[in-house]
Amino acid sequence: MNSVIKTSGIRKVYSSGDVEVVALATIDLTIEPGEFVAIMGSSGSGKSTLMNILGCLDYPTSGEYFLDGVKVNGLGRNELADIRNTKIGFVFQGFNLLPRTSAVENVELPLFYNRTRTEKDSDIRKLAEEALNRVGLGGRIHHEPSQLSGGQQQRVAIARALVNRPALILADEPTGNLDSRTSVEVLALFQELNEQGITVILVTHEPDIAEYTKRVIEMRDGSVLKDEPVAERRNAAADLAARSSVTGRE
Amino acid sequence: MNWKNILNVAMKSILRNRMRSLLTMLGIIIGVAAVIVMVAIGKGAQAQIEDQIGTLGTNVIIAFPNASRAGGVSQGAGSNGGRFTLDDVDKIEKNATQLAGVSPVIRSGVQAIGGSGNWSTSIYGVSPSYLDIRQWPLASGEFFTDREIRSRSKVCVIGKTVVDNLFPNQDPVGQEIRLRNVPFKVIGVLTQKGQNAAGADQDDAILAPSTTVLDRLSGGRFIQQLMASAASPAQMTQAQEEMRGLLRESHRLQPGEDDDFVIRNQTEIAEAAQQTTQVLTLLLASIAGVSLVVGGIGIMNIMLVSVTERTREIGIRMAIGARGSDVLTQFLVESVVLGLCGGIIGILTGVGVAQLVQAVSDLHTKIDPSIVILSFIFSGAVGVFFGFYPARKAAALNPIEALRYE
Repeated sequence: MNSVIKTSGIRKVYSSGDVEVVALATIDLTIEPGEFVAIMGSSGSGKSTLMNILGCLDYPTSGEYFLDGVKVNGLGRNELADIRNTKIGFVFQGFNLLPRTSAVENVELPLFYNRTRTEKDSDIRKLAEEALNRVGLGGRIHHEPSQLSGGQQQRVAIARALVNRPALILADEPTGNLDSRTSVEVLALFQELNEQGITVILVTHEPDIAEYTKRVIEMRDGSVLKDEPVAERRNAAADLAARSSVTGRE
Repeated sequence: MNWKNILNVAMKSILRNRMRSLLTMLGIIIGVAAVIVMVAIGKGAQAQIEDQIGTLGTNVIIAFPNASRAGGVSQGAGSNGGRFTLDDVDKIEKNATQLAGVSPVIRSGVQAIGGSGNWSTSIYGVSPSYLDIRQWPLASGEFFTDREIRSRSKVCVIGKTVVDNLFPNQDPVGQEIRLRNVPFKVIGVLTQKGQNAAGADQDDAILAPSTTVLDRLSGGRFIQQLMASAASPAQMTQAQEEMRGLLRESHRLQPGEDDDFVIRNQTEIAEAAQQTTQVLTLLLASIAGVSLVVGGIGIMNIMLVSVTERTREIGIRMAIGARGSDVLTQFLVESVVLGLCGGIIGILTGVGVAQLVQAVSDLHTKIDPSIVILSFIFSGAVGVFFGFYPARKAAALNPIEALRYE
């Protein structure tokens, strides 16, 4: 089986005039299928740049990047769009759902852009509904983002990321706009999806969020500072249950 | 993306900003409506002129003396000075093979007294074949024949307008009218023919034998006009040439000498009249075309605003896998839909206004279906043309920057 991600010597240099700013200095990274990785670092550490390159939104200045066995660097805009569509599911901090568009229509969107899809157009609605069921929003498929809570919106975004069965889910600060309880709920969903075999990369600057993953990569000044497995991994579902018993909710 | 989905997104975005979309379309609406109304009025006027030229008769050929030469120095001794006489008519009548008939037309203004009063009108001295040439049937009575021509009979046939003014509510046939103190017996009444291409009332006329008019009323031997008709439409050119040859012979013109008359056929007269309306139609249509271009600029303006407003949406679509071409198509479809909606509203408005014009004024309008189709296609094309730049701008956005756009 191919590694989901394999980079060798990836560099990213921004040049403005004579000044060259090294955003990423030689990153070698391998992520295998089924991993749950947190990329950590403060702002300016290069984690956003890495995230954009791993997400095929940006090109590295040099180095090689293989995503699910496909060499990505050197591909054109259209090929990158197709790879983002079929191999990567994005989850953003600000949810980034289309406004005034129902949940199910938001989830359908990646299917419409999928050029290699084998399902018929008439099955798109069904696939989108299945993805929403999977994140526990089967009852709210016709709600628009403005009618949903932050946690629910993020679940719609996760359903949208799942719907094309990508090799990888790339989540950029997915809990940044959520309160702590909702954050744990979303993390529980990620853990559940990971248990089902989906590879998840989570970018965050909060150490306690990283504790729910299996491996933490810490970045500083464009380089990998630390790359180690999580020793005592927290279980989001168990934490939720504990919280409920303490506060008497549920 | 499938087309249904693209159209759906475009419609949603247009309907979301109803007022803005309507104002955007206004330029196209006014442009298309203007084109349709202008062309409808132009075509209506043209149809009216065609009808009126049709009232002249069929296959009609008209000869006029060449006025500029009539008073010129080149008049040789023994020539008729470029005027027509009854000898010319005789010559044509006897020798023509391509003509169905020929008639002199001697016009004279007269005051007609008779019946219930008097009426200022025109008398036309013509031959019996005149009614066939003009395709002008009688309403009642009969027309004069060669016998009346030979005997210079004081008989006449009168038009509808003369009947209405001199003999309202009575049968004029058998009555008498006096023209310059000469009594004429009315032997027939013409059917109504309406206005001619110049707008003159053709029914305000008295027809009498040419010889009678020449002898008793106009007091000369000259004829203002010859009117003939070709035996068939296919023979128009030959008939015209034959008539020219016979007139040259009759006027004793030497080879190489210029004609001292002008011959026109009906088609040429119709063309001259149509040219005026065509120029007018073209002028009005080009003004309307300018407003379509202005409308297109309005669409471009709003599409640029729309692209800026929806930068984040474009970023999201690109992140989840939309290609540049997908984004381009989406915005292009949106501007084409804007253009076509404007076109449809414009067509409906134009047709409505054209009908209103017809109803409240005496202008005739005629909706040209090819112009309706053309303006529909054109408004779509305006959408493509002016939507392309904003759509390309959207397609060229960098997804990272577009996602960050607030």
